[in-house]
Amino acid sequence: MNLNYTAEELAFRDEVRAFLDEKLPADIAAKVKGFRRLSKEDHQRWQKILSEQGWYATHWPEEYGGVNWTPVQKHIWDEESSRYGAPRSVPFGVNMVAPVIIKFGTEEQKQRYLPRIVSGEDWWCQGYSEPGAGSDLASLKTRAVRDGDHYIVNGQKTWTTLGQHANMIFCLVRTNTEVKAQEGISFLLIDMDTPGITVRPIITLDGEHEVNEVFFEDVKVPVENLVGEEDKGWTYAKYLLTYERTGLAGIGISKAALQHLKELATRRIKNGRPLIEDASFSQRIAQVEIDLMAAAISNLRIIASVEGGGMPGAESSMLKVRGTEIRQTINDLARRAIGPYAIPFVEEEMDLDYDGDFLSDENAAPVTPQYFNNRKLSIFGGSNEIQKNIVSKMILGL
Amino acid sequence: MDFRLNEEQQMLQDTVARLVRGEYSFEKRLEYSESELGFSADFWKQLGELGLTAVPFPEELGGFGGSGVEVQSVMTELGRGLCIEPYLQSVVLGGGLISQAGNSEQQEQWLGGIASGEVRAAVGLQEPQSFYNLNDVETRAEKTGDGYTLNGRKAVVIGGHCADVLVVSARTSGDSRDADGISLFLVSSDDEGLERRTYPTIDGSKGCDLFLNNVKLGPDALLGEEGKAADVIEYQTGRAISALCGEAVGAMEVACDLTLEYLKQRKQFGVPIGKFQVLQHRMVDMMSELEQARSMAILAASVADEPQSDERRRILAAAKNVIGRSGQFISEQGIQSHGGIGMTWEYNFAHYAKRLVMINHQLGDDDFHLEHYASLLQAS
Repeated sequence: MNLNYTAEELAFRDEVRAFLDEKLPADIAAKVKGFRRLSKEDHQRWQKILSEQGWYATHWPEEYGGVNWTPVQKHIWDEESSRYGAPRSVPFGVNMVAPVIIKFGTEEQKQRYLPRIVSGEDWWCQGYSEPGAGSDLASLKTRAVRDGDHYIVNGQKTWTTLGQHANMIFCLVRTNTEVKAQEGISFLLIDMDTPGITVRPIITLDGEHEVNEVFFEDVKVPVENLVGEEDKGWTYAKYLLTYERTGLAGIGISKAALQHLKELATRRIKNGRPLIEDASFSQRIAQVEIDLMAAAISNLRIIASVEGGGMPGAESSMLKVRGTEIRQTINDLARRAIGPYAIPFVEEEMDLDYDGDFLSDENAAPVTPQYFNNRKLSIFGGSNEIQKNIVSKMILGL
Repeated sequence: MDFRLNEEQQMLQDTVARLVRGEYSFEKRLEYSESELGFSADFWKQLGELGLTAVPFPEELGGFGGSGVEVQSVMTELGRGLCIEPYLQSVVLGGGLISQAGNSEQQEQWLGGIASGEVRAAVGLQEPQSFYNLNDVETRAEKTGDGYTLNGRKAVVIGGHCADVLVVSARTSGDSRDADGISLFLVSSDDEGLERRTYPTIDGSKGCDLFLNNVKLGPDALLGEEGKAADVIEYQTGRAISALCGEAVGAMEVACDLTLEYLKQRKQFGVPIGKFQVLQHRMVDMMSELEQARSMAILAASVADEPQSDERRRILAAAKNVIGRSGQFISEQGIQSHGGIGMTWEYNFAHYAKRLVMINHQLGDDDFHLEHYASLLQAS
């Protein structure tokens, strides 16, 4: 039993801190810490800095431009970069499609797409969910019919996060309607500039444009854009989802959000005293901090077991549920902390360059939108109910 | 980072597990519980013979020099077996206080016997009005001659009914609830003026309230420095919380196993009830609580023997808060998953449920520790 980092890991942490101290742009960190929106340019600027450092594709094999960090190094990076307010990498290229291409793609696909992900030339989005296929993803209906050297794609994808910025989309499409739902799905890489593709924004309850609908009308996709074998896409999709699930617990982000909450509660006044000294509010904060402490250790236990050669299994699904509930609780407390000022919806104060007077606290404006926005956490990446189904199947044998 | 037990710790835990498997069937436990002693004298003797009651004591005092991790390994298996022997009271708390605060004569007099299991200790630290605040001490110790006279009442002393020696807190100065002015005394079971009202506990063991009526003690009965026991008590209670986390995790593991097994066996509407999603999700919630409790038990063990600090206080309060809540959750949801059978005396799940809920009433419940944690909350 040893809960400490090794000397090498501590040295790595120092290296990470030195890098973040030197290279993380202050304006971007301020946005992340204040829950303000990031532009496409912000993401790309930070990605370029990471790529130059060689720290963008952290878990790819070195031959494809990765650094192959150990699970502990990856964890240290997540913790420190959250603490500093570095943006999380948009995952669809580097963390989602890339592992699938590396494992199942052709040599040509690897040569073509991987370097473009590292350089930032390609911005990927995910074409999984459809209006009629959410938790029951395998019931998806978007059709791809082979026609000579092309597939002709027709259908609709939805909840496409940051699809408005993307030039590439990886899609699950139905290539066979004669077999069981899971056996007729293929994995296609599609250029968003292909004629017949339309992207429409979906505005979420917080007024944000984060997700989109993507329509496909007779879209011609070259057959060399098929990943792996035709009709085997479900296997690749599931492989990708295990990647998606790890890290969804967002322990590092919760730690940063808790810090933000405490600062907010220190500045807010109730009964003439800082809110953080209020008996009932301080206990609410204490309870979520305790739960986060337990989840953080659970996360480390998973990391240590993966480091020791194990596979993340049911525990990461349980932690996704727990971790997202904790993040939502922290957002809930932040909203409570600003009291009646949770009500005004002052969008201009959410911009970093806003130079007018603040209605209340300078960090108040994004708090309520953030709370509503993060209701998504328990829905995406496999809803928390689906996670519980996964655990039941994996370990309970029920 | 490595969260596994090392080879020696694993061997230790396996030893306890084998012993518990051999001696602690559910039926036998009921017999032990209903006996006058309230537990198995024979099992206690075997714990002693195998050196298990010596685990936490320093080697020079006849112990094994074990840390919080070793103590937790023992307690986890005792928890799995739902064992009712007073390990926590005699070894971790009583022996621990003497080991921490006693002078060499006191250590020599008591620790060898406690480490071998031949002497049993218990602790009287709480009082009827004290709730879980161990600084709320109204029992008085008046200086008389070169010794002390004790008057007062100590509440819910688990294992106190059969203890040879009792470590009790009493106030030598200050007002009730002052940290300053609390002292510890060694009281023998046959000291004049000591009365015990003995009772069974809801979770199958035995305890008593102690009534101290002009109990006259010699100067050698003072354990540690006069008036300075609050820190000693707090520190040792921290170790006991870590130990109790181990017991709770062991009991929760079995409670989850039993529930899962039942979901597979019990059929209604023509199928095992585990086919119903609502019960599957409840089961996953129980396992998830267990995972959180395991994590906090590990963290508690890692600080149990560290020097006192706010960080140690925070972690131990957090751990006790988490195991209190998860233990109650698993108990309540487990009974609900079982339905009527979970309500019966003759089925073992109910006894795990009772023990888990009562663990929350030992050494402070989740509300108490939440309040404590909140008082130590760091702004940054």
